[in-house]
Amino acid sequence: MDPDSLSFIFLNACIINNFVLSMFLGICPFLGVSGKRDTALRMGAAVIFVMLVSSACAYGINALLVKLNVEYLRLICYIAVIASAVQLVEMFIKKFSPGLFRALGIFLPLITTNCAILGLALFQTQREYNFFQCLAFALGAGGGFTLALMIMSGLREELDLADVPNVVKGAALTLILAGILSLAFMGFAGLGG
Amino acid sequence: MANNNRHGPSDMETFLRGLWEENPVFVMLLGMCPTLAVTNTVMNCIAMGLAASFVLVMSSVLVSLFRKFIPKQVRIATFILIIATFVTIVDYVIQAISLELYASLGAFIQLIVVNCIILGRAEAYASKNNVKKAAIDALGMGAGFTFALLCLGVVRELLGSGTLLGYPVLGSHFEPWAVMILPPGAFFVLGTWLLIFNAMRERSARKAREKAA
Repeated sequence: MDPDSLSFIFLNACIINNFVLSMFLGICPFLGVSGKRDTALRMGAAVIFVMLVSSACAYGINALLVKLNVEYLRLICYIAVIASAVQLVEMFIKKFSPGLFRALGIFLPLITTNCAILGLALFQTQREYNFFQCLAFALGAGGGFTLALMIMSGLREELDLADVPNVVKGAALTLILAGILSLAFMGFAGLGG
Repeated sequence: MANNNRHGPSDMETFLRGLWEENPVFVMLLGMCPTLAVTNTVMNCIAMGLAASFVLVMSSVLVSLFRKFIPKQVRIATFILIIATFVTIVDYVIQAISLELYASLGAFIQLIVVNCIILGRAEAYASKNNVKKAAIDALGMGAGFTFALLCLGVVRELLGSGTLLGYPVLGSHFEPWAVMILPPGAFFVLGTWLLIFNAMRERSARKAREKAA
């Protein structure tokens, strides 16, 4: 497959180099909100949305910065863009769909400090994607994040019923599970070619 | 937090609290992304630990200096801007010192901006305490973070490639466990460390209970 094609960029970000399980981005929400399946799905949807918005914004900002020759401001601009994108999304959802706003609750503002979003903006700059490639990358990364979150929450819901020793309960068990999932996802590495 | 008693903790206690009692990685589970991502060699751990500690100390000092002037409504945005400034400095300094190191740490130097330890300490401690206390607390947290990184890095490099800091340790007949330097190894090692620390804490809690009974 052509490494520059949109489908490859999407699959690469979603499965082959999954953002959570093989690039370690967005581990905090992965450990934090993977307890229940429906919250995991909502969190995933919010992240996909913010990723798309901030990826498009970051593309524009980067073009502007390169033109003005002030690339050293990139990091500060990106984080400001992400914070305002999250704020914007929050206001937008609050106005047009109060039901969804209540459902997302605290997770929405917390997305600002999700390193997957900043990581996405930095990687798309590093790899010099064009605008449509950026969008495919954002969609793939968000999809991969949601996928990992859904698998983990499904496993954890089952584990609530299992009889495990007290010491293992909590983060330690989740991490070891994540290790096994990551091992499974490594099987996709061959697809990258 | 333990600083509610009348005299407040001494400087040494503040420092040690970050290192062990409230270790940012093992106890508070903050800053997991760099902990998992860059610990495949000991050298990376040291560089990452130093870089994060520098940003932590400098931004804590600055936040603490300006704590009276920052309006409450925009404090998070201000904190992030302060942190991003220092991260940009670190980013360029590491690039100047060693391009090789810069390449192996990748985007994770710039991702120090969204490391929750730094924002967490700025919000929870530096914005409420004087400069000296904030600096000591940040030093302790930085040391705790570096300690946690090293805990992972030593195990992963030793088992994953049979070396420490690039020097061969286990001899040529040792077959490296390739999985340890790959992503799953990071999850397994961190999970196992958490397990060990949990078991230790449980044991000391049980001993304390038996003593009291």
